[in-house]
Amino acid sequence: MPYRYLGDIATADVAFEATGKSLEEAFTSAAEATLNVMIDEPDRIERKEAVDVELENDELEMLLFDFLNELVYYKDSRKLLLRVDEIRIEDEGQFRLAAKLYGEKLDPLKHPLGADVKAVTLHRFSLSKSDDGWKATAVLDI
Amino acid sequence: MATPSALKRISDTIWELPRGYKEGMLVPARIFATEKLIREMDDGVFEQVTNVACLPGIVNYAYCMPDGHWGYGFPIGGMAAFDPKTGVISPGGIGFDINCGMRLLTTNLTLEEVRPRIKELVDMLFYRVPSGVGSTGFLRLSQDEFRDIIEEGSAWCLKRGFAWPEDIELTEERGCFEGADANKVSRKSIERGFDQVGTLGSGNHYCEIQVARPENVFDSELARTFGFTLPNQIAVMFHCGSRGFGHQVATDYLQTFLKVMEPRYGIKVRDRELACAPFNSKEGQDYFAAMKCAANMAFVNRQMILHRIREVFSVVFNRSPEDLGLNMVYDVTHNTAKLEEHTIDGKKTRLLVHRKGATRAFAPGMEGVPARYKEAGQPVIIGGSMETGSYLLAGVKTGGHAFYTTAHGSGRTMSRHQAKRMYRGSSLQHDMEERGIYVRSVTWGGLAEEAGAAYKQIDDVVEATELAGLSKRVLRLLPIGNIKG
Repeated sequence: MPYRYLGDIATADVAFEATGKSLEEAFTSAAEATLNVMIDEPDRIERKEAVDVELENDELEMLLFDFLNELVYYKDSRKLLLRVDEIRIEDEGQFRLAAKLYGEKLDPLKHPLGADVKAVTLHRFSLSKSDDGWKATAVLDI
Repeated sequence: MATPSALKRISDTIWELPRGYKEGMLVPARIFATEKLIREMDDGVFEQVTNVACLPGIVNYAYCMPDGHWGYGFPIGGMAAFDPKTGVISPGGIGFDINCGMRLLTTNLTLEEVRPRIKELVDMLFYRVPSGVGSTGFLRLSQDEFRDIIEEGSAWCLKRGFAWPEDIELTEERGCFEGADANKVSRKSIERGFDQVGTLGSGNHYCEIQVARPENVFDSELARTFGFTLPNQIAVMFHCGSRGFGHQVATDYLQTFLKVMEPRYGIKVRDRELACAPFNSKEGQDYFAAMKCAANMAFVNRQMILHRIREVFSVVFNRSPEDLGLNMVYDVTHNTAKLEEHTIDGKKTRLLVHRKGATRAFAPGMEGVPARYKEAGQPVIIGGSMETGSYLLAGVKTGGHAFYTTAHGSGRTMSRHQAKRMYRGSSLQHDMEERGIYVRSVTWGGLAEEAGAAYKQIDDVVEATELAGLSKRVLRLLPIGNIKG
């Protein structure tokens, strides 16, 4: 997955940069980067539950913020570790996101635990278009 | 790291950035630190404390404590007081982990009695006080019961036999922020937190068994007042907050404030993490009432953890918690906003005081200090890294120049990423055990991230608060056992 953790931005927390050729790919990479903070070896997540997420926001950047927050919400409220199956983002005056996520309940015996993500922050939060696609930067409060 | 050239030395421990440092500053910024600590501070502190100085209604100065480092919006260690009529309230001045705080209890056991049982104690605590990603508490609560908890705070625990009456007396605000309104929190926040009561969380949250060695007692009279009467007496300290519930309350209102701040109230901020609303507005009051719910959840969380700790000690030593003297010293919060009365230019003034990674340190005689500590001053609990030790301090009469506020911890100097590159959790655990500290963690990586060398020297931080007249040292506590998320 095209993401990397940035060591120098966040002394007490975790920062990452996620990229994608399309907007959808960048959102997917950012979701994976967030997941991989909470657990190691995300490839071991099995397809046991499905969740549909629909979001809208005036700002594309804040749509990504909302999307990552959904992952944190499902981790706490339903103990679900989720990956992106399908995702579609459209500009209809409002930016709309429709995603199908899949995954399974967190099991500390199966998923090596990482750090609990308290919140997605807006510190240096950005989503921008580059020559070869999209790039997102985020700092997670842990 | 270079300090800004505009930084002016006011005294040995007070540094000031004047209003002219940045456009829009309404007051100067003041940082409490020794020369050594100010030189080590990251650039984020100077940038952020001066951003705070631009917020409407700020009174006197934007402050930062000696353990300051960059945070979200406010620096960690940030404190600012606002005029409740003209000022703002900001989640960025409180933190995502609302009412993150420290609780300390004593035992009447000594190191000699506990050392042989330390593994048993730590292992049992590790299982009885859940920690780590997605952990849930032992209370099976309905969402309606959770709504009662967040409005009632620690009193809820007392009614159900999870607290002793003196626990309530020895908790800041008696374990309940009055005016909490469960109608002001979202369904999502309740869903995130209602099954997390009694859990530590992860990151820098921990529960530690400590010893007060005679050579580490700085003020034996205050130490006695706070319950330390034996040489090598054992204490238990823990650090945690309002878990997913508080984090979601903060996230919800950050989003609300971002939407209304400029269009409705004409407020512009230099950093989105400083999103705010006038305190005297519907949104501001809603957040204040919701924040109080999260604060109450954190008090209950720490009370339930205390209950579990009492159970564990009772099982291991086969004596009742009362017989083991498992008494609270104090519970103090370091992420809140509160209405307080302070004296400015000789006049009593009501202020909304934000403390973010900063601890209230009320002086002897002040209202709000428990009766038994009236002459001693409010206990202040400062958590260090899991390797180097922690401190018990007391509020002092000279603290008025910082609205009776002091530091909260040692503050990181090394990123988590770097710490993980430099240390391996498993060998760190081994090394610590050699040095007499038995530690259990849910993750090796998480353990490595909390290595002692990743933090500022806590001795320097605590000394700076004493030199600056913010608080005084009572005793230093050294770890012998630790569980962390």
